[in-house]
Amino acid sequence: MAQAAHTLKSPKPAAHGVKRYTGLMDWITTVDHKKIAILYLWAGGFFFGIGGIEALLIRWQLIKPMNDFVDAQTFNELITMHGTTMIFLGVMPIIFALMNAVIPLQIGARDVAFPFLNALGFWTFLFGGLLLNLSWLMGGAPDAGWTSYTPLSGAAYSGTHGVDFYTIGLQIAGLGTLIGGINFLATIITMRAPGMSFMRLPMFAWTTFITSAIILFAFPAITVGLVLLTFDRILGANFFVPGGGGSPVLWQHIFWIFGHPEVYILILPAFGMISEVIPTFARKRLFGYSSMVFATILIAFLGFMVWAHHMFTTGLGPVANALFAVSTMLIAVPTGIKIFNWLFTLWGGSVRFTTPNLFASGFIPTFTMGGVTGVMLASAPADFQFHDTYFVVAHFHYVIVGGLVLGLFAGLHYWWPKMFGRMLSETLGKWTFWTFIIGFHLTFFVQHFLGLMGMQRRVFTYLPNQHFDTLNLVSTIGAGLMGLGMLFFLANVWITSRRPPDAGSDPWEDGRTLEWSIPSPPPEYNFKQTPLVRGLDALWKEKAAGNKGMMPAEPIGRIHMPSATPLPFLMSAGIFIAGLGFMFSRDDFASRLVGFLFNNYIVTGLGLLIAFGAMLMRSLYDDHGWHIEPEELEGR
Amino acid sequence: MMRTWHSARRLLLLIAVFGTVLVGCGREDLSVLRPQGPAAESSLGLMKLAISIMIVVLLIVFSIAAYVLIRFRRKPGQDEIPEQIEGSLKLEVLWTVVPLILVIVLAVPTVRTVFALGDNHSGDKNAVKVKVTGHQYWWEFEYPDFGIKTAQDLIIPAGRNIAFELTTNDVLHSFWVSSLSGKIDTNPTGATNRFSFSAPKEGVYRGKCAELCGPSHGFMEFKVKAVSNDEFKQWIEAQQAPAVLPEDPALAKTFKNQCLTCHAVGDQGLAVGPNLTGIGSRESVAGILLNDDTRQDGAPVEENLKTWLHDTQGVKPGNRMPDPKQDMGLTDDEIDRIAGYLADYKLN
Repeated sequence: MAQAAHTLKSPKPAAHGVKRYTGLMDWITTVDHKKIAILYLWAGGFFFGIGGIEALLIRWQLIKPMNDFVDAQTFNELITMHGTTMIFLGVMPIIFALMNAVIPLQIGARDVAFPFLNALGFWTFLFGGLLLNLSWLMGGAPDAGWTSYTPLSGAAYSGTHGVDFYTIGLQIAGLGTLIGGINFLATIITMRAPGMSFMRLPMFAWTTFITSAIILFAFPAITVGLVLLTFDRILGANFFVPGGGGSPVLWQHIFWIFGHPEVYILILPAFGMISEVIPTFARKRLFGYSSMVFATILIAFLGFMVWAHHMFTTGLGPVANALFAVSTMLIAVPTGIKIFNWLFTLWGGSVRFTTPNLFASGFIPTFTMGGVTGVMLASAPADFQFHDTYFVVAHFHYVIVGGLVLGLFAGLHYWWPKMFGRMLSETLGKWTFWTFIIGFHLTFFVQHFLGLMGMQRRVFTYLPNQHFDTLNLVSTIGAGLMGLGMLFFLANVWITSRRPPDAGSDPWEDGRTLEWSIPSPPPEYNFKQTPLVRGLDALWKEKAAGNKGMMPAEPIGRIHMPSATPLPFLMSAGIFIAGLGFMFSRDDFASRLVGFLFNNYIVTGLGLLIAFGAMLMRSLYDDHGWHIEPEELEGR
Repeated sequence: MMRTWHSARRLLLLIAVFGTVLVGCGREDLSVLRPQGPAAESSLGLMKLAISIMIVVLLIVFSIAAYVLIRFRRKPGQDEIPEQIEGSLKLEVLWTVVPLILVIVLAVPTVRTVFALGDNHSGDKNAVKVKVTGHQYWWEFEYPDFGIKTAQDLIIPAGRNIAFELTTNDVLHSFWVSSLSGKIDTNPTGATNRFSFSAPKEGVYRGKCAELCGPSHGFMEFKVKAVSNDEFKQWIEAQQAPAVLPEDPALAKTFKNQCLTCHAVGDQGLAVGPNLTGIGSRESVAGILLNDDTRQDGAPVEENLKTWLHDTQGVKPGNRMPDPKQDMGLTDDEIDRIAGYLADYKLN
């Protein structure tokens, strides 16, 4: 644990013995949550870019009726990979980037509870994501939709390795998410600074905590589902094969028992980010903090009770449909509480329209629109019409892009100076906001009507004379505008990175929480002295009392630090090799040697050997970490 | 009081205008917003209720948002710290209870309609029974009471309830005639679905597959043709009549040996692929090439049949029919003549 261990008398000599890596090796071996945050951000941003390009290709194909820009098979691969990439490899890692960058700072900790696991979580996510995307180069991407409904995703109807890349890639990436979730649970439970009770946790820390709890309960479901589907496809099992006594409806249940909570895994952190940005720029404490906490918990709880609303047309019968319709509608209540609390935080405030706050202000009405269509979808008999049409496509993009992505933009612009020590350009930030949000509404608002006029989703093209043409054209133009917004953001990042790091510890001037009490970017130990927390919005409270900074809860002393290590990288690489080997274990190869290596599970075994070998190293080699001495702290 | 009434009236007017705009949207034979039967009407009724509630919610949220964002923006030189307000029990109770009431207003008719639409007429003696089977990428319709099968065009008597029984032969599909009813999935046997709708007005309605089922998912279209009771009887009889084979015996032999190994016409052939009886009088070829002698929406049936038979994969990528020329060795001339024969194979 990275918690201040200065009181423990370590038998080891001081920092002199510690091995310091530089350059690429520094990034591969780091266990520092701030560096892992940056890794998550770049990797997530990379996959987000791929998912975005896929989205633009999809929209270009749909720009006019009977278009043949891409063929039907490629189109199905594009929609599958767009959804899967965006959710698992794009937005979730960027959420984890912000959690890693901010949560330890917000709770006054020197790192997360398990720095080694933190690195392991990142590397498994990255290798899983790379494996999934390798499918484009290795014989075809998955093509059964991000939901991969059986039997379409089964071996009988999906003959390429595409869906294997999906099951095994997601399995490995999902491992990373689960590890990350457990880590943040432990961090928030055990590592809060003195005085920071649960009801003094900043809202983003609360939503991270609840999100991690959802991950803990939801991801095992998809893990099991993916294992069963892998068995069906590679080992010839029959869990979802109708002819063999399996049930395709079972896959739908397993998928959505994970899949619906997943929606809340995505949106709750965005709620948290908005709840940090708005009070800062309104100079006002969050309205109804305790009801916000309660609403978050309630949303997470109800999120597990509503999965079958994705299956109203599966034929579950009127009783199930009625129950799930009503339970789904109930989620509107805690969500509504949140929206009004944000509005009344702004009410009476002194609102400054910085880029983060622009995104937060855009978030409220946009997300509300996604929310109300959600309630409309909950009405089962209406959903018989909405289901699997562009209305649903519009709805979930309003929630995920209009909600989560706007929230992420708000969070990224807000915490960028804390992560990198540089303020992003406000001018470019405003260009990003206006192009992105106008493009967004152009793209997705019209899709509600496409759905109502009878356009079903996941169609690679459509016949003319159905009144679909104009709206699809508008939608594609909007998508181009969103792409332009992303380019403004990238330009902003590039230009900012070339400026000197000159952001102060509280660059927005109205910071309320602990991360704004330490330098930007923070030193590797975060807090020279662990702060004493005396209320909600700890820093704001001190500022209001006329104090310059936080009151320390401890004298200056030695700080215990975890050691850098290449083991998480090696373990993940091993799992990656094992996964790839297993996927091709039943294939025929032209080369006898390659065939021998794959068909006898030698490649799989080698990968597992690397992974378990690294685990053994981790278990046998006792690493006590190292210390930063008080003299070094003063020297800086 | 006057002002509240005025704003309420303006609100109602707005909803009314919005409603008319919505209702004008899309084709009559396709749009959810222009229902042609009771099932689609009850879905739309709920949608209208939901959207009215939601527009009220949106207007409230948007107005408050606009107000606070304009009224409370920081002016230059303004540097005082606003009052730090913890919350307000009254307000918070208000925005918990009001949404709860709105949810109940929507939930009650929802539950009622769920159970009303749950009546699948499977025991109804007056209902016409139809077994729907989804195939990659075509629809099979069987009328068990009359012992006939057809494909792509579902012929129903107008005004009568149709009791559907739906399954799939391969992957999941979803049966959707948007202007008549909501959709329902076709699951493999063991999870057979039943549901019902009716079309009070005679006419042709567009149907689509709504569950991703492979490359040609977007082309898995079909038509529902509602006809009068008499026409329906005539159609049944014509469908039951013995098959009409090509007059040229050589062509008839080729057709029998090559085509009827999968397809069926009348009493002949196998029913692995779509039944071809009376294909000349259908609304489309392969569900996606629309037959239209005026050439507005498509092409004449014979031309469509030729387009299809000469390039099945080009018309419907990934479909399961062997290529007549490359896989079955038919000559271009034979293909054209078979197309001609099929185009002339009309019922009535």
